Amino acid sequence: MTSSDRWTAVLIAVAGLLMIAAIGLVFGVAPDPVNLESPVERFSQRIFYFHVPSWWVGFLAFTVAAAAAALYLITGKERWDVIELSSIEIGLTFITIGLITGSIWARSTWNTWWTWEPRLTTAAIGWLTYAGYLMLRGAIDHPQRRARFGAVFCLIAFLSVPINFMAIRWWRTIHPVVIGTGSPDAQGGFATGPTIRLIFLFCLLTFTLLYFALLSLRVRTEWLSRRVQQVKQQMMFR
Amino acid sequence: MSYLRKVLAIVIKDVSAELRTREMVSSMLVFSLLVILIFNFAFDLRADNQRTLAPGVLWVAIAFSGMLGLSRSFIVEKDRGSIEGLLLAPMDRSAIFLGKMLGNVLFMVAIEIIILPVFVVLFNLSAGDLLPLAGIMVLGTIGFAGVGTLFSAMVVHTRAREVLLPVLLFPVVIPVMLSAVRLTAAVLDGLPMAEMQNWLSLLIAFDAIFFALSFILFDFVMEE
Repeated sequence: MTSSDRWTAVLIAVAGLLMIAAIGLVFGVAPDPVNLESPVERFSQRIFYFHVPSWWVGFLAFTVAAAAAALYLITGKERWDVIELSSIEIGLTFITIGLITGSIWARSTWNTWWTWEPRLTTAAIGWLTYAGYLMLRGAIDHPQRRARFGAVFCLIAFLSVPINFMAIRWWRTIHPVVIGTGSPDAQGGFATGPTIRLIFLFCLLTFTLLYFALLSLRVRTEWLSRRVQQVKQQMMFR
Repeated sequence: MSYLRKVLAIVIKDVSAELRTREMVSSMLVFSLLVILIFNFAFDLRADNQRTLAPGVLWVAIAFSGMLGLSRSFIVEKDRGSIEGLLLAPMDRSAIFLGKMLGNVLFMVAIEIIILPVFVVLFNLSAGDLLPLAGIMVLGTIGFAGVGTLFSAMVVHTRAREVLLPVLLFPVVIPVMLSAVRLTAAVLDGLPMAEMQNWLSLLIAFDAIFFALSFILFDFVMEE
């Protein structure tokens, strides 16, 4: 066990413990927001503690991936390509979680699973863009070319992240903005108190740690699988 | 040869190759007319809902036919082996990008010149809308072709080739498409300039961003 493996193990253990604590806090300690009327709304509001951090991890992952892509194009070091790919895979997983949790929340608050308004639309586009990234990589055989094209596409795809983030602040939309001020048309927003905010920050921290734990794990498996490929090639052509 | 002359040389090469066969522009044109026709069946276009559907129909026709042209853009070079010739030519890679992109814009504009009047006739629009619509179309086309040319150069090296291009390009160019559709709708509704300002700035901003990014990143795509 190398020292980086030990760090990964520690990171996973800490993220796991914090996640258990977060679940306890969200369902046991967090108070109901004062301005929500029905019990269904009050209960579904708790999805917020997982929905927003999922999107935050998605955006963080895509930002890390874009930085790694730029570094790959500049330095040409394979390490950055591995980080970029791993980060996008994790980001895509988390925005999928974000889309699903948002949809469940919308069903109970907006009375619909899905509606075509700017936030949801840009979110869906972001998902499709990064799914395209994986398809692009899957369709290229040459390893260096796959890495280069992946990095190029990743940088362009990253444009969708700021649009997605700003969508609820630029356009009139019904998606609530809990942090900062949103559009007057927003529906389903709620008042936050100090406890709610604290628990939310705790969830953000937990999800961020979870992201780094998953990233180090995924980077490791990707390295190993590439190493296996290399060994296989050597065995075949010996 | 100056940089501009090199760019022009590529544009002239593409245009004259197209003028000899006319296979791409003609299929793009017929295809875009077909799209307008299919929409007519699919949505049962009537006088009362025409105005709301027209901008979408127009831009779907442009985007789909543009996609045909873009996917051919580098595939013909690759299949005839002339891509090596381009790479060997003593010029900057960015000149290849500019030349190819200008060629693609020209082909798309050629289609638009024909379908815009058809569109005006079919949807019973006033001729006074022609000029602002043409401006929006050119801006939308530049944004579409900028990043489209980059992706077109990428997908020729993949296994799926032309199948992959729309999958990659459509989600990315949505900001351009969206603002172009909104601007078109605003023109058809006769809204004042001030109300279109936001969408116009968004369209121009994305044209500039996509162009700049593609221009820079093209070097990495053509690295062989």
